[in-house]
Amino acid sequence: MSSVAERMRAVAAERRRDLGIVAALIVLALLYPTVVGSLQSLPLVGDFVPSVDSMVNMVVFTTMAVGLNIVVGYAGLLDLGYVAFYAAGAYTAGWLASSQFSQLDAHLGDVGFSTGTPGIHVSMWLVLVIAGIFTTVVGIAIGLPTLRLRGDYLAIMTLGFGEIIPQFVRNGDSIGGFNLTNGTFGISPIDSLGFGGIGDAIGLPDSFRQSAERSQWFFWTAVAILLVTVFCSVRLRDSRLGRAWVAIREDETAAGAMGIPLMRTKTWAYALGAFFGGVAGAFYASFKAGAFPADFFFNISVFLLTMVILGGMGSVWGVILGGMVLGYLNVEGLATIGSKIQDAGVNFDPTKYQFGIYGVIIVLMMLFRPAGLIPERRHKIELIEGVHDTPFYDVQREGTLTDRDASDD
Amino acid sequence: MDKARTSPRRLSVPDTIGLAFVALLLVWLAINFVKGPQEFVNVALIGLTNGAIYGLVALGYTLVYGILQLINFAHGDVFALAGLVASSVIVSVLGLDTGSSIVVIVGGLLVTLVLIMSGFALFNASIERIAYRPLRNAPRLAPLITAIGMSFIVQNISLAFYGVDYQTVPNFISRSPVFEVGSVSYSWNKLTVLIIVVPLLVLLTWFVTSTRQGKAMRAVAQDTEASAMMGIDVNRTIGVTFMIAGALAGGAGIVYLLQFNMRYDTGFQLGLIAFTAAVLGGIGNLAGAVLGALTIGFIEAFNEGLTWNAPGSDWTRTIVFAILILILVFRPEGLLGERTPEGA
Repeated sequence: MSSVAERMRAVAAERRRDLGIVAALIVLALLYPTVVGSLQSLPLVGDFVPSVDSMVNMVVFTTMAVGLNIVVGYAGLLDLGYVAFYAAGAYTAGWLASSQFSQLDAHLGDVGFSTGTPGIHVSMWLVLVIAGIFTTVVGIAIGLPTLRLRGDYLAIMTLGFGEIIPQFVRNGDSIGGFNLTNGTFGISPIDSLGFGGIGDAIGLPDSFRQSAERSQWFFWTAVAILLVTVFCSVRLRDSRLGRAWVAIREDETAAGAMGIPLMRTKTWAYALGAFFGGVAGAFYASFKAGAFPADFFFNISVFLLTMVILGGMGSVWGVILGGMVLGYLNVEGLATIGSKIQDAGVNFDPTKYQFGIYGVIIVLMMLFRPAGLIPERRHKIELIEGVHDTPFYDVQREGTLTDRDASDD
Repeated sequence: MDKARTSPRRLSVPDTIGLAFVALLLVWLAINFVKGPQEFVNVALIGLTNGAIYGLVALGYTLVYGILQLINFAHGDVFALAGLVASSVIVSVLGLDTGSSIVVIVGGLLVTLVLIMSGFALFNASIERIAYRPLRNAPRLAPLITAIGMSFIVQNISLAFYGVDYQTVPNFISRSPVFEVGSVSYSWNKLTVLIIVVPLLVLLTWFVTSTRQGKAMRAVAQDTEASAMMGIDVNRTIGVTFMIAGALAGGAGIVYLLQFNMRYDTGFQLGLIAFTAAVLGGIGNLAGAVLGALTIGFIEAFNEGLTWNAPGSDWTRTIVFAILILILVFRPEGLLGERTPEGA
């Protein structure tokens, strides 16, 4: 039995540790663009050091994984359609910050343009927020009908939405004759982030994309977004709402009986997870200067899920680790390893089997270390002792294989 | 076991909307039929053929779900791998070609069926043994996540052996029509699908209803613990279920190959369609899986084949998933499943 005082001390220590990690990460992030060149020229390991652009990719996907972790890790709702939120965010950026609607000419704090460029051009910073809010609405719209279903059905349902949205985007170049999404070509170019005229005055870049230090500005912004996401995620975890999510994850029936509003609580998990997916999606669209339907496949949803599982469901630091590791493999690591293998004279290209590798990671983690690399304490206990996850809303407990006849009874 | 239906005579709002939608669909079909009856029948025959293939795959989903409550994500990819291996057997090993005699073709097909079905029965059972059995007592989502991982692994096995190119077999079964009425025709290679699928369905029904092992399967599906107490070897029964599912996926792979080209990722898409069919019919219900598969086959064919106001193939996937979502929201027990108190 630990006394309350001991527990308080432990919590304080945990908080100090978290702050230490955050401070270290921030310092590393600020320094990275300046030291990346010297790191890459190191013997042996130099080839494996990711460029700043690759780092932006890694951080963006990690942000999405942290968002997905709210849904999967905290609330225990398996979402296989997270890519839909990423798409929603990216296309919000496409609509509000490009020349897609060239019949209009609206400008609001955009950077790097002379007025008179056709289309809607809202400041990218504002677009990030709008994208988050719009995606939250999408998340709630998807969540309301689906969240009363049981775990595995919910997973399939989210997968259905995740498949419908890309197809809608691909075919959306003529909805009743109106070009909404520009079909398979996607929307590009999408405006860059930047500090505009104010930035010019104090020596900051007017537009990131046009500045000489393009990569590092995007990188620092990505890190800032990740930090905000992590901060919200940790605070949510320890909030009343976060505790309600854990209760639902462990025993929905008991949680409902204790007065937790099930639907509302689950919808919140969905909405908040969607918000961060949308922000990350909009940022990524600005970084890549476009939103293309080919980016929104089911594979991406599984890729993000693999990050969460590898790191540890519900464990924020674990998910960041998993996200960075897999993100690295995705953008550079596998290709680098592949070229090393080719140099050694073996004809094997690991990038081709990327998703098979993720599949192996998923299966091995589930079989041998289901709580992840950096397990979250409660999840570990749940996996050892099992949870009471009999459904609140069941379809058919006793699956009838055929019509039962009286002689069997 | 007749449960008293809790729903009174009055229709609820979703029921009314659903019925109105079905009525609209029937009107649309009728108008299409009047506009081009022969084309309509042709399209319907395509739907029947594809529905039969979906049925075999859907049965695999429904069998496993009935007994484990697990959506076996990898099932579609097992089907694709089976089709690819079958293409090797037919082309490289047996060397069937357009010039082969009828005896050779029938014999060759039978050999292929036996080889592929038994091989993939074992393959599927070993997936269960390696990946799902250790998670028998884990939280419910753990096996599902593992199944997603397995799906990617199996897909990459196909990729490793067959690359990204489409595999195909020569038209050794003639494309000539079995019968022709006006411009309505039904070709031999489509009929072959039914010639293979129907006996498999009969065999499966016999197995589940009339053998000891079939009875054990039904018992485990109803109540695993009680079955174990009655002396049924639950693990063996689950293994057998996976074998049957794998064998059916193998058969489906072969009949699909007779119609279309296949690639390593064919299984993912088709698997989701087949799963939708299983849910539509009522997951865990064998007759439902076939009924749902035929329904989906027809819907898909009408959508892609009819000319008057059909959305067309660009929207097929959206339509199929919309059906899945609507069924899960409004009638999770599907067409033939039973209502349970919680599901009401």
